[in-house]
Amino acid sequence: MIIILSLFLPINYEKFMKIHEYQAKEILRKYNVPVPNGVLISSKSEAAKAAKKVGTKVVVVKAQIHAGGRGKGGGVKLAKSPAEAEQHAGNIIGMTLVTPQTGAEGRLVKKVLIEEGMTIAKELYMGILVDRETSQVLIMASEAGGMEIEEVAAKTPEKIIKVTVDPIIGVQPYLARKIAFALNLEGAALKAVIPFIINLYDAFVKEDCSMLEINPLVITSDDRVLALDAKVDIDDNAMYRHKDTQSYRDLDEEDPTEVEASKFHLNYIKLDGNIGCMVNGAGLAMSTMDIIKLSGGEPANFLDVGGGADEEMIENGFRILISDKAVKGIFINIFGGILRCDVLARGVVAATKKLHIKIPIVVRMEGTNMEEGHKILKDSGLNFLIGNGMKDGAQKVVKAIK
Amino acid sequence: MSILVDEKTRLITQGITGREGMFHTEQSMKYGTKVVGGVTPGKGGQTVMGKVPVFNTVADAVKKTKANATMVFVPPPFAADAILEAADAGIELIICITEGIPVSDMINVYKYIQGTKSRLVGPNCPGVISPGKAKIGIMPAHIHKKGSVGIISRSGTLTYECVGQLTALGIGQSTCVGIGGDPIIGSRFIDILELFQKDRGTKTICMIGEIGGTAEDEAAYYIKKHVTKPVVGFIAGQTAPPGRRMGHAGAIISGGQGTAEEKMKVMKRCGIKVVKSPADLGKTIQKVL
Repeated sequence: MIIILSLFLPINYEKFMKIHEYQAKEILRKYNVPVPNGVLISSKSEAAKAAKKVGTKVVVVKAQIHAGGRGKGGGVKLAKSPAEAEQHAGNIIGMTLVTPQTGAEGRLVKKVLIEEGMTIAKELYMGILVDRETSQVLIMASEAGGMEIEEVAAKTPEKIIKVTVDPIIGVQPYLARKIAFALNLEGAALKAVIPFIINLYDAFVKEDCSMLEINPLVITSDDRVLALDAKVDIDDNAMYRHKDTQSYRDLDEEDPTEVEASKFHLNYIKLDGNIGCMVNGAGLAMSTMDIIKLSGGEPANFLDVGGGADEEMIENGFRILISDKAVKGIFINIFGGILRCDVLARGVVAATKKLHIKIPIVVRMEGTNMEEGHKILKDSGLNFLIGNGMKDGAQKVVKAIK
Repeated sequence: MSILVDEKTRLITQGITGREGMFHTEQSMKYGTKVVGGVTPGKGGQTVMGKVPVFNTVADAVKKTKANATMVFVPPPFAADAILEAADAGIELIICITEGIPVSDMINVYKYIQGTKSRLVGPNCPGVISPGKAKIGIMPAHIHKKGSVGIISRSGTLTYECVGQLTALGIGQSTCVGIGGDPIIGSRFIDILELFQKDRGTKTICMIGEIGGTAEDEAAYYIKKHVTKPVVGFIAGQTAPPGRRMGHAGAIISGGQGTAEEKMKVMKRCGIKVVKSPADLGKTIQKVL
């Protein structure tokens, strides 16, 4: 998955892997962050046994999909007996769960987590992330846990505690106390939350998380402190040093075309328009979408082939572009730096022939070996349209598909 | 005049014996950059490209060559260590081209660098070029032209696009700085803006940003307060539709900011001439000149 730290279009420099709740909790256990007892199952028949193993009178049946808001879609249910747990598990496994984050198409639930029930005295929020503004790790906490934390942030920002962590000393006890007191905790809960915070930060750093969110963090009526839910994203760039977490990737949760693209180190995001674009560099790729729209067209995708593209990558890029049946024309916008225009042109010619592409292709290229690239296109005998600058290219492709 | 790199720059390349490191060192040399050495641990004593000595450590290289700048081409797992080594050896300017360094490594690097006299540009950036003087990085040199426009950008190829438009109009550049697109970068817009404001060779500044984060807003307020030279700005991703979001924590930290519309509004309010179409960057700068 490729997403940036903003609400908008994913681009290539904030890559992270999403994992399931049960996987996040496995990580937390490793760092002695308390989580509820739970058993993961993938069929209805295992549910009663799992509920008995968990052992509490009431258990919670939780759908395991990457999107949040599962409770609202009916993916989280309380069960007062093993039989009831079995019934809920039967309903949830195999369902297409629609939540505010899945989109209308929803997600197929394949696994559920059966967890212990508990009496909750207090629900808190805790999140850890990398703060671009300070270039350090930021811990956020709030007494207003369990609810939409964005709403809390928007309406009552004073209810959110923010603490920046100096990477050299990490979270020292005083820093954890500062957060604990700000959360108005006392007694046994206060004592328990301090190692909770320290260990949570430890997990964040050592597992190379890009975000770790506990919502809610609960204080039970018997003063236990637990991560009732856990959302963890892991930095893709650090994946090489986490062989064990690599297996956490669940390709079923990702867009198949995007998965296919990532195999070839291509950065592809599907959009709703009909002009397929292939560009080198994320910034130029976004500007290319901008100029297509300014010229009256609609981009069908974001595709960044990167700086080191070769003929094979270009062919794969084409294959992915035309796999979207909505695409009526292609706009290639390349400013050659490391990627030479002659290499690009050879790749484009080869792919067009091999894949029998009949829709209009507009090529705009500039930079290293530009003349040679244009000559290759011209000598190919194929009917490429040439864009003189990105504006001209965008206008030509918009016109060509009309 | 120019900023960061010029005729006085004495460059070494860390990772000089790698394919990329070697290729781009050679390109920089051809452009006129004074390349005084390279570093690859274990390959000290060798000579590459006929005359460039290779050292085992940055400290050795600095001692023998008086290098004051380094270009880092070390692979991602070892790049943070390479930056720290350069800073420890007292190199003034560290330009890190490497893409894909783990964020947690960069958090430590950023903190450490603050206490040294080194300046870091990047990582995940095209580098810095002062046309006609020297280049450190991977940008295509031939599209540049010596002049008085200073360019700062988060994006690589989009910077080339802007430079290409300017050069086609006969307008040259004082220095072009790619600050890189990673979440943690050594130099931000404001650090480079400060240098351009002081530089007598820079008459106009062009700032190229992207959606996401708040660095452009921060830069816009800085410009309003401290920069007297005309600034032209562009934000890539204006038409990017709302997509998958990074969960609640990300939304809170961006505080609802980060959209192109929001950024352009702030930039305009701070007196920056904002360009809507990326094809108009060159023309707009020409008008401002």
